[in-house]
Amino acid sequence: MDLSPIRLSLETSLAATAVVTLVGTLVAGWRVRRRGTAFELLDGIFLLPLVLPPTVVGFLLLLFFGRSSALGAFLYGLGIRLVFSWPATVVAASVTTFPLMYMTARAALEQVDAPLVEAARTLGARESRIFREILLPLAWPGLAAGMVLTFARALGDFGATLILAGNIPGRTQTLPLAIFFAVESGDTADAVRLSVVTVAISLAALGALNLWTRHRRGLAMRVVEQE
Amino acid sequence: MEIRAEIVAQRGPFALQLHLVTQQRRVGILGESGAGKTMTLRAIAGLERTARGRLEVNGRVLLDSARGVCLPARERRVAMVFQQYALFPHRTVEENVAFGLHGLPPAERGARARDAARKMHLEDLLARYPRQLSGGQQQRVALARALATEPEILLLDEPLSALDFHLRGLVEKELLDSLAEFRGAALYVSHSLEEVYRLCDEIVVLSRGRVLASGPKEEIFLRPPSREVARLTGCKNMSQASALAGGMVEALDWGLRMRVAQPLPQARYVAIRANHITFADQPGGENVFPCTVVESTETPFRRTLYLRLNSAPGDGWQLQAEVQKDRWEELKSRPAPWHVRLDPHRVFVTSE
Repeated sequence: MDLSPIRLSLETSLAATAVVTLVGTLVAGWRVRRRGTAFELLDGIFLLPLVLPPTVVGFLLLLFFGRSSALGAFLYGLGIRLVFSWPATVVAASVTTFPLMYMTARAALEQVDAPLVEAARTLGARESRIFREILLPLAWPGLAAGMVLTFARALGDFGATLILAGNIPGRTQTLPLAIFFAVESGDTADAVRLSVVTVAISLAALGALNLWTRHRRGLAMRVVEQE
Repeated sequence: MEIRAEIVAQRGPFALQLHLVTQQRRVGILGESGAGKTMTLRAIAGLERTARGRLEVNGRVLLDSARGVCLPARERRVAMVFQQYALFPHRTVEENVAFGLHGLPPAERGARARDAARKMHLEDLLARYPRQLSGGQQQRVALARALATEPEILLLDEPLSALDFHLRGLVEKELLDSLAEFRGAALYVSHSLEEVYRLCDEIVVLSRGRVLASGPKEEIFLRPPSREVARLTGCKNMSQASALAGGMVEALDWGLRMRVAQPLPQARYVAIRANHITFADQPGGENVFPCTVVESTETPFRRTLYLRLNSAPGDGWQLQAEVQKDRWEELKSRPAPWHVRLDPHRVFVTSE
């Protein structure tokens, strides 16, 4: 069995999780506690990849990064060819998972008590320090949950990846693509094996989240017992 | 120490119009829930985004909308103790207290934080987390954290309201002691008259977002400038009135004429506080009027009497008097009518 889809999927999902965690948390941090119609419209754009069919997302990305677009032409000029390359799988997975991370991060940041932020302000802290030292640590459980969801969803992307990155074995063929083409070519045994691996990875991610949550709760309990 | 504030702020349908000038170091802000007390503190701290106007502390301009000046909260040197304390739950007591000393070198930072903590008797709790502390201890941490930054103004938003009743007296005393050392101005918000009276020198009375009165506490309590201020400072007995010649005033709702020590030609209301009402042994003295007790309720140490004046038009009771329990024991066996005395020096009149 060709193991490259497993390696590729893990690499792609981890890379996308890293990108989306960073960008999603920063954007959510910027957006949090801002009110107004303009921001709500912006939210609509941020959440679009969640409601659009992944193939549409992939197609829009293809148009966006293709040679005929301004950005695509610029990148080509620099010698960067994104479409049908491994980074394209990361871009596809990142864009489709961004709404998940953004929404979870925003919810996690919003549940941090507003007076804590205000107290920090009156104590002379800049917004960047408040974000680092107050918001992030207190929103961390929610952010971690968002990361796991992002990873699991990134692992499963099919449509957007196929359109933007193509199905190149060893370079862009991730697990879902490998399974699809295995089924299509009648190689059921391979499809089953790859499916089992996918289920195992997903379960492991969820299990890790579960363990970690329990560990945190255990810590909190121990602290209470010390009193 | 001088604070000059001329601030308007808006939150939904609620508008705050704050006008405040004070040189006092202990200022109490009194008002009912929803009067704008907390919003006043937030506007001064720089936490209220809609705040416009002017704010000056010791000549330093914190807000001047006309010139586009609006210092962010972090640059105002105004510290706040929040109602629920807002301690950072993931930081120890020491880290909480040190939070505002960020710019200092680590050694000095630690020393100053421990110093501030020691003043609040927190030295044994430095390594604890907020959730491991009692309400009174949390309050001390919040105060230590605020004072460690050496602010020019300290804002206290009902700092005792989150505490169990039996703790309040004790913590209030501690608060008084720690405020004694603080050289800046403290603005203390509460809806408890007694708390504000004990802790502050000057009182600002707020109602529906406006300052109704401000001045020395004795002045405000002794001679409220208006009926509303009298009510908000706990005055229970009020009657419509018209001024008569010779320092006399006619209380229309009570159906009687009495002398007042400080008359006002344009007096429209006359009032006396429940605890200032006394009882004479016999009829006929100055400002002594016959009455009967209609009803009474008791608290552990006092008794509240509801009095019907014989002279009053209509039914029901007109005056509410508070007497100590032992005095009540002496009084209760007396035959009716009793003789209520409204001391001319305790009775006050207002024109609005």
